[in-house]
Amino acid sequence: MKENFKQNPALWFIATGLLALILGVFFGLVGSFQYIIPDFLAGSIPFFKSRPLHVSLVISWIFLAAIGGVYYYLPIIFKRNFFYPILVKIHFGIYFFTGIIILYCYFNGIFGGREYFEFPPVLALPIAISWVFFLLNFFKTIRGKFKTFPVYVWMWMTGIIFFLFTFIESNLWQISFFRENPVRDISVQWKALGSMVGSWNMLIYGTSFYIMEKIKGDDKITNTRITFFFYFLSLTNLMFNWGHHTYIVPASPVIKNISYIISMTELLILFNIIRNWKNTLKDVQKNFFSLPYRFLFAADIWIFLNLVLAIFISIPAINFYTHGTHITVAHAMGATIGINTTLLFSSVYFIFLKEKILSEENNKKKFSIGFWMMNISLFIFWISLIGAGITKAMEENHPFAVTNFMGLMNELAPFFNLLAISGFGIFLGILLLALPLLHSVIFPGRKN
Amino acid sequence: MDIKLPLFISLSALFLVYSLFVYTSGTELTHPEINNSSASRGKALWQKHNCIACHQLYGLGGYLGPDLTTVISQKGKGEQYAKAFIKNGTQRMPDFHLNEEEIQSILDYLNSVSLTAVTYK
Repeated sequence: MKENFKQNPALWFIATGLLALILGVFFGLVGSFQYIIPDFLAGSIPFFKSRPLHVSLVISWIFLAAIGGVYYYLPIIFKRNFFYPILVKIHFGIYFFTGIIILYCYFNGIFGGREYFEFPPVLALPIAISWVFFLLNFFKTIRGKFKTFPVYVWMWMTGIIFFLFTFIESNLWQISFFRENPVRDISVQWKALGSMVGSWNMLIYGTSFYIMEKIKGDDKITNTRITFFFYFLSLTNLMFNWGHHTYIVPASPVIKNISYIISMTELLILFNIIRNWKNTLKDVQKNFFSLPYRFLFAADIWIFLNLVLAIFISIPAINFYTHGTHITVAHAMGATIGINTTLLFSSVYFIFLKEKILSEENNKKKFSIGFWMMNISLFIFWISLIGAGITKAMEENHPFAVTNFMGLMNELAPFFNLLAISGFGIFLGILLLALPLLHSVIFPGRKN
Repeated sequence: MDIKLPLFISLSALFLVYSLFVYTSGTELTHPEINNSSASRGKALWQKHNCIACHQLYGLGGYLGPDLTTVISQKGKGEQYAKAFIKNGTQRMPDFHLNEEEIQSILDYLNSVSLTAVTYK
């Protein structure tokens, strides 16, 4: 390992992220087994603990690896160090210690009790402060002419700004104006979380654009009109398409109509993927030997599959039946593992191979098995969730029906069995991919 | 002329205005009586025990248990039905050892949610 890279805080973010991923998927596996064996680890890690552990750790992996990427790439792009190098270390320190406290809280049954990125509300403060440091450092470092920036710098900028906004918004429930009104609370929560996912997607997609530019050796692809058109289309979706989660919430119909229209613009992204399919296949033939590229290609397939699913469930007549079923989970898993994790693995491998701290040759077989195991298992996982969702939707004639829940769970049992088995495959695949990376960080002198 | 920055700023401004619209439009309380202190305590207990990990409200939450948006107002369900589960737990749901007052607060909270579910289309 190069000495300067060992001391690069970007590596600390990435290594901690890899650890969070392994733990997060492990707790996800525990949760999936609790679906089929209700008593499984119920004494030590009941489902109301295993679920937040799974969700928060996987979201932490996404943020840590994406932030680590920005901290690594930006000084290379702008040929200057971060404006406040100390703030990068402080950012990591705050994240690390807040993360440890959050894990302590979960194990001791102390929750924020909100959906997804949840923890006791006081811990939102250090996270928000560290993000302000990140934002400040980012803008000071990229100072210059905005119009010359490639699309990935715009995407990172967008991700950083909008995460801060949506993170604050997701904590508005602490004000009674929001908390005491169930419809307002649910609407704002859906809005904040929907846009927050868009913000981390911006951070990740920005990274993949950068890697694609470097692999292809063509810096024009990140500065074309069409590239920026799709960037602004994604930004518009980040801002306004979250409302398709609220079709069943009795809020203003205007929100639902805007959301439906904006969601359908994703068809343009879908058509663009289909239009470029031939070129993508040519690239695959040329670059499939490269591990970072292989992950980019896998993510392309997952983007296609997840986009088709997203467009379907954004249609109100379909959403009426599918909302609140496992189809929504399939969409979330396809996005966080299929797209986000795959793109982040591409970035992490790109960095580790570039820094020569990992040899692709020495780990070829392990990587190849891990890559296929993760993707094939995830596909089975994804299909079983869709199967469970369709069965649930057919059983219930409206979103809040609780006719015979235990009967429904028994009917869904075969899907849950498949879910747990394929979940185990995902866990093994991720171990094969992530452990060599962690090993190379912990034991840099050995053969990696 | 490069329009990227003006476009970004304009979209962001539109998003801010839209956010204010979301916070205030269509969210008027249809049943002001639901905003009582017992329901507020129930909501705090709901969060304290992380009920959202297994149950959904308006489709937001986990899937190990049923959606509870209208459990209080649904035909064949209601307060007594929900109370039995909260009090005793099930094979999947732990008994949180709540006292009568706490159970009533959670029921009041679920009732307040149920009363807002005037339409789900």
